[in-house]
Formats: sequence, C-alpha cells, structure tokens
Amino acid sequence: MSAKIEILLTINGRDHAVAVEPRRTLADAIREDCGQTGTHIGCEHGICGACTVLVDDEPVRSCLMFAVQAAGKQIRTIEGLADGDTLHPMQQAFMDHHGLQCGFCTPGFLMLAVGVLEREPDISDADLLDVLSSNLCRCTGYQNIIKAVRAAAKEMRGK
Amino acid sequence: MEKAMSAHGTKGAGLKWVGRAIRRLEDPALVTGRGRFTADLAATHWLRFVRSPVAAGKIAKIEAPPGALIVTAADLKGVKPIRPMLHKFNYKPVGQPILADGVVRFTGEAIAVVVAASEEEAEDIADQVDITIDESKPVIDAREALQAGAPQIHAEAPGNVIVEGVMATPDFDKVWASAAKTVTVNARSHRQNATPMEARAGHAAYDAATGRVTLTCTTQMPHLTRTAIADVLGMPEADLRVIAPDVGGGFGQKMSLPGEYVLLVWLARKLKSAVAWTEDRRENLIAGFHSRDQTIMLQAAFDKDAKLIALKADVVSNIGAYSCFPTTCGVEPLMAMAEMPGPYDFRAYSCRARGVATNTCTMAPYRGVSRPVLTFALERTMNKAATAFGLDPIDIRRRNLIDKFPYTSVTGLVFDEASYKQTLEMAVKAVDVLAFRARQRQARAKGRYLGIGLATFSERTGYGSSAFAARGAEIVPGWETVVLSIDPSGFVEARIGSSPHGQGLRTALAQIIADEIGVAPQFIKVIQGDTDNTPYGWGTFASRSLVIAGGASLIAAKKVRAKLITIASHLLEAAADDIVLEDGAAKVAGTDRTVTIAKMAREAYTQTHKFKGEIEPGLTESGTYDPSGTFSNACHIALVEVDVETGRVVIERYVAAEDAGRIINPMIADGQVHGGIAQGIGNALLEEIIYDETGNILTSTLADYMPPTAHEIPPIELHHMETPSTVSNTKAKGLGEGGAIGPPAAVINAINDALNPFGVVIDEMPATPQRIRAALRAKEKAA
Repeated sequence: MSAKIEILLTINGRDHAVAVEPRRTLADAIREDCGQTGTHIGCEHGICGACTVLVDDEPVRSCLMFAVQAAGKQIRTIEGLADGDTLHPMQQAFMDHHGLQCGFCTPGFLMLAVGVLEREPDISDADLLDVLSSNLCRCTGYQNIIKAVRAAAKEMRGK
Repeated sequence: MEKAMSAHGTKGAGLKWVGRAIRRLEDPALVTGRGRFTADLAATHWLRFVRSPVAAGKIAKIEAPPGALIVTAADLKGVKPIRPMLHKFNYKPVGQPILADGVVRFTGEAIAVVVAASEEEAEDIADQVDITIDESKPVIDAREALQAGAPQIHAEAPGNVIVEGVMATPDFDKVWASAAKTVTVNARSHRQNATPMEARAGHAAYDAATGRVTLTCTTQMPHLTRTAIADVLGMPEADLRVIAPDVGGGFGQKMSLPGEYVLLVWLARKLKSAVAWTEDRRENLIAGFHSRDQTIMLQAAFDKDAKLIALKADVVSNIGAYSCFPTTCGVEPLMAMAEMPGPYDFRAYSCRARGVATNTCTMAPYRGVSRPVLTFALERTMNKAATAFGLDPIDIRRRNLIDKFPYTSVTGLVFDEASYKQTLEMAVKAVDVLAFRARQRQARAKGRYLGIGLATFSERTGYGSSAFAARGAEIVPGWETVVLSIDPSGFVEARIGSSPHGQGLRTALAQIIADEIGVAPQFIKVIQGDTDNTPYGWGTFASRSLVIAGGASLIAAKKVRAKLITIASHLLEAAADDIVLEDGAAKVAGTDRTVTIAKMAREAYTQTHKFKGEIEPGLTESGTYDPSGTFSNACHIALVEVDVETGRVVIERYVAAEDAGRIINPMIADGQVHGGIAQGIGNALLEEIIYDETGNILTSTLADYMPPTAHEIPPIELHHMETPSTVSNTKAKGLGEGGAIGPPAAVINAINDALNPFGVVIDEMPATPQRIRAALRAKEKAA
C-alpha cells in the first residue's frame, strides 16, 4: 500500500473529489470511489473491453489506465449516455435489435461504439467490424451488436 | 375444470403476444448502467484466495504475515466437504473440501483465504502468504490416469474411475458381425472454460437483527445453492437467503456450487459482517470450472445400403479433481452414453463411458454438455462412412435420420415430433451445394482450399424429474413452480423458481402470461433469483426454463384467468363463455360492456362476499410443471476456406436450419441460436485450456484462452421450422444449447472436406492452425 493522492475525476460532467492510491485503476475508481457501477470489469488485462469508457472522447479501457492519469480529463460512462429519459440512439438501437443478452459487456460496447462513431461518423462497415472486434461478448455472437451499431450510426448521421 | 379453462384459452384475446418479436423487458436497465451485478455491492471485508501453485502434493506449511486474518482448512472443523451423490453407475462419492485439507489436487485449488478491509489489502497480504507443498507427480491426461501405476487422485477411488456407465443391447455382437462396412473415429475434444463475461462473485451479509445471512452471488440456481450451503455448514436453511441479481452469463459454469460461496457464508456468520469476493479472470480461467475434455472412440457398422446398424462407443471424460455439485461428474460421460445415437435410427448399441479423475480443475456442465463432442464424433463418423460408401455426406444422412414419431431410441429416449430430414433439406437448399462444389473445384485449381461440412443433431430439452431420476441422482431436479399474482391495484407479478441470466426469459414468460390474462407483457413483472421471494425451483440450465417455467406460467395463468372470468361474469352480469380478456379488461363479446383488470383485482380482495363459494379470496395462483422432455433439432452447414500455408481457417458462410417447436419470441430465439453458434465456433477453432506436463495452466488470460471476437464469427443465416412439441404444454421446445452443439462437427467436417486433396484427417477440436499445419506437415513428410 502507498499513500493516497487527492484528485478530481470529472465523470459525466460531475466532479468527484477522491483520494486514491497511485496504483488504483480508473475502472476501480469509477466504480468504488465514485459509485458509478455501470462500468463493468471483465478481465483486468485490457482484453475484453467490458470496462471501456470515454476519456476526452476517446474509448479507453479503464482497467489499463490509472485513475491519476484521468484527473482533469472529461470521463464519460454509460450512466451519462442518455439525455435524461431520452435514450442515446445507440442504447435504443441495442434494445431494438437485441444487441444484448446478459448485459454485462453492454456498457463497454455502447461506449466503444459511441466513441468511434462520434469521431468517425462515416466509418466503413469493414472498419466498424475491426473496431467492434476489440471487445468481447459471450452471449450474442455479435450478430445483433453489429446490426444495432450500424442502425445507430445511420441514426446518428441523420441528426 | 382443466377442460373448461383451456376452452377459455382459445377464445377472446387468443395468442396475441406469443410469437411476436417484442423488445425485451430486461433491457432498459441494462443499457443505462442500472443493472445490478454482485460485484456492485459494497462490503466491510474482502476475500482473496491463496491458490495452489502446483497440481499435486501435500501441504507442509502455511505461513501468514503477522496480524493477517487468514482462514485455512484447520479452521473449518465441522464444515463438511461438497459431496454430490449418484446411486448408480458404480459412482465413487468423492468429497471436495472447502479449502484444501492437507492435499492439493490441482493448480488453482483454494488453500487459504485472506480477509482484509479492501480487495487491494487482501491481495497484498495474500502475496505474502507462504505455502510449502511437498510436490508429487501429477496426472493431467485422463487416458494416462487410467494406466496402472498412475497417481491416485482420491484414496476412495483406486484407478481414478469415479463413474462408469456400461450398456449393450442383447444382440449387439450378432448385428455387428453382419456389417457390410465399419468405420472408426477417434474424436478428441480438448478443454474449455465457459467464460461468462462476468466472472464469479459472491457477497454474504450478516443481519444482526435476525441472525440471517443474505448471500448474493452469480448463480444459475439460487434455491439449490441455499439448500447445499446449509447442508455443508450444518446451519438451518431458514437462516440463509440467496439472491441471484443480474448475472453476467453462466452457460453452466455458474450452476455448479463453488466452495468459495460456502466460505463466504461461513465467514459472514463468524465475523457478523458483510464479506465479499470477486473472482478475477485468472482465477476464473484456472479454477472456475472447466468443461469438455473428452475422448470418444466411435465405431459404426453399416449394412450394404449404408444404413447404420450398430454403434459402439468408448467415452473417456476427464472430470478434473473433484465431482461437481449438483450434477456430479457423471453429467458428461453419462449424457454421452444416453445421447450418442443422436438423431439416427439403429437398434444395436454398445457403450462404455467413464469419468476419470486427474490433477486438473474440476469439470462442470457447459452449454451443450457432452453433445458438442458426441455430435462431433458421430458426424465425423457419418462423413467417414459416406466416403467409404462413395456417397455424398448429405445422402448418408437422408438414409439414416429418424422420421417417424414418437421414436424410441436404442437408449430408451422418446423423441417427439421433429423435423430432422426437413431441416437437412432446408439447409442444403439454402447453401446450394452444387454451386459450392463447382466453386470448390475452381478454387482448388488455383491452390485455394474450400470445404463444406454439415451437422445434423438433436437437442434434448425441457426434461423433468423422470429424466434426472433415471440417472440415479441423489438430487432430482426437473419441475418448476410459478406463482402468479395480481394485487388489489391490478399490478401483475409472476414469481419464478427459475433463474435466467441473460436469456430474456422474463420477457418470454410475460408473453405467455399476457395471452391468458389479457394484460400486455410490459405490465407483468417477473420476479426471480431470490429465495425469500420466489417459490422453490431449480434454476436455469439444460435448455429447460422456457419449456418448464413457461409451462408452469401457463398453468398458473390459466388458473388466474378462470378466476378473472368468474369475477367478470358477476360484475358484467354475463355468462362466463361470453367473456373475453384483452387490453387489461374483461369484455362481454359483441357488446361495449367492460370492466378493467384493476377493478376486478380490487373486488377479488375487497368484495369477496360476492364470489363466496365460487372462488377463493385474492388473485394468487400457483402452477407447477414437470414434463417428460422434448427434442429440438437442427442442421448446421459451414463453408470454410483453409489456408494450407498457415493453417488459418476462415468461415465464409454459416447456415443453420433449426426447429425448436413453437417460438414464443423469435427475436430472443434467434439471439440464443446466434450466441450458441458463436460459442460452438470458438469450440471448433479457438478455445483451449492448455496444461503443461507439470499441471500448470498456460492459458490464464483472455489473450491466451481465446473466445471469438466479431472478426471470427461470420454472418449467421438462420432458417426456421416450427414443429409444435407434443409433450410441452406451450408447444415450445428449448433452444438454449442447440446453437453450441452443431458448430464443431460442421466446421471441422468442412475443414476435412477442404483438406481432402491432401488426405489429411482432423478428428480433434479445436482445429487450431497448429493442429492443421501439423497434420499437413505429417503428410508432406510421408510423401
């Protein structure tokens, strides 16, 4: 154990003043210090992508980033994706196209897809498949995740 | 009474919701981060298990740093081992201690547990716990464990055979001797981990006011978890409540009882606090139950017309170090023995199926249980026979698939109406085999190797207590109960003993109930996964919940419906036969006279004198269902390209024609099949837990143990038939596992077809690039 450092984490526009050990991962800080348990931890090896959040709008595996590295940056998690009661088109598309089953990997996939489409709205189908293969889902066989993300991409471009 | 009720079921609202692809009721919480998973709970004490770094040996010394709170087997006096029981098949009831007691039997076995105020602190302390083990020689491979002089895993099971099923039809030798041709396949399935994206987790909280403990955990069967833990700890079952909150996939891994949960409850009672454990991925991969690891030698005899006449099987299942609770380690070999005949018609059978202990992680059921392996063995056999007879693989299946129902198999299973031949033709037509063969020839001329492979199979689903009793199990699951209630405000609740964890069962059950009581599914709340608030039930596994909990829901809903009709007939002053229930109200057919469900519900509680002598007060009814079991069926076809330079396999197309009886929600059904096929493709090509010769696991991250990504799964084409089940009251058959059963056979048959010009045979799964290259190299050398 080592001494804790006081940092400010800005999650979905809200500031959280927390004291964390330098070794604390962003994923643990988001879940345990800031109480936002919608971000899930699947492997802690940076492989499954369940813990994907957006840091300054870039998809990041929060199990591979230290909380102290995210201080002062804008962190977006699943809890901030909807606009009040209005779901983000990506959330709606996952429901409409059955892009989730157990829901454990879902927050990671939603943040990954939103991050990439915000940056690259006209991404090709092949590149999108590349991006989506960065996260693991064990339930859906990816069929409906791909369908949902494509549908949401269309919807997001229309806005 | 039953007859009168079913007459109402065909009137009025009719079947409006069943069969529709409505959105899932589970989803709004899950897409907004409001799901509630076990690891989300806060605790005052955190556990870190200290696990054996070696596969076999005697524990000489356990040293903890000063001041550490550590628990070992020595502290657990009075806690019984987990010891599931079978009363048949020469089963040896070996026990699994909650923490290794003097002896370690596999790498990753829990030896001690550290308790601290945070997960980090517990991990830091665990790193400083020093364990000395006098190592002994382990045995990793089941066939080696069968050799004379092999290390003994359990003193009470000399020879390491824990369970052995043997059967033969009386005329077997005579039929075998009459064969025109015989073929042999030595099929080998390596070891898998079911790999739910949420690893296991448990949280046990002591309530000082009542002395009770609430265990929240990632289980597929909360009620039996409660019964089992109370037994092992010798505590009153009433003092334990088990909650399965949102569970992030299970696929069988979360139906077996882990010692870790027992220890959580023991510690919560001892410390009178809230204690928690969240398994990390490495723990899950090395110690979170494994599966498959099976060798099947299959010999088949055919008559001169390529009709299968006899089958002989020798099944060796590596069961790992212990026998999983509740199914016992008999689950794999015994299911292989019973279901080896698959969907083929023949009358002579001989089988020996053994479950063998080794110094490896304990095996447990995983989606498909044995059938992905036996289907692989059987479908490789059919293809080899086709080659021997100079027939197309499709033709030999046409000659042998069962097509008269009910059909009683050579092992005594009764197959209800299904569509084995029809789904075969449907898939074959979808693929256009002739066009593929032409393309295959052209590609070969250019040095590219395409192949086609198929698998036809059955999926036994929704079986009740009679099927489990036949296995001789001490614990006989099978039935399910649903308690359906409408409260005085008109709020509808169904409490189920089943425990879905991603399948969308809450939506499907709501659809079944909706059609009976005339309330839209979104107003029906299905409550699950809490032993304090649901009727006893067995949980979700073995493709059973839709059939059995669905059947129980239908029974309960018909009872509630009958009550509503009686109430409505009073309030509307109409004959019961004229009343329809729809849109949340009772209506008199052909009139505008109507009364809402909410009004009727209120009267059911507050105006009972009006219905005295006709119905009991309130609107709560229970339904229990215990069916004999049904069979879904499918034909899968894979088209692959094999790169002979690298051994890489790309699946260019995957077609499945499947029949799971009446489909309650087509969207959910397709999702189940997609997910199963993806896991089956992982099984066929990628996923393998590898032990080195010392019993150390080389695949302890998801970079080494590789579930497929979106890249490896091609677009999956599904084609449907709906042959209503004649033995399920909803006419639905289960389909949770079928997707995972076909792919190893279809994909590896396709690989063999692609490599046909090289004379290479692959009878091993997964067919990794290394294995394909090794087989090609061996041929190159020989040439």
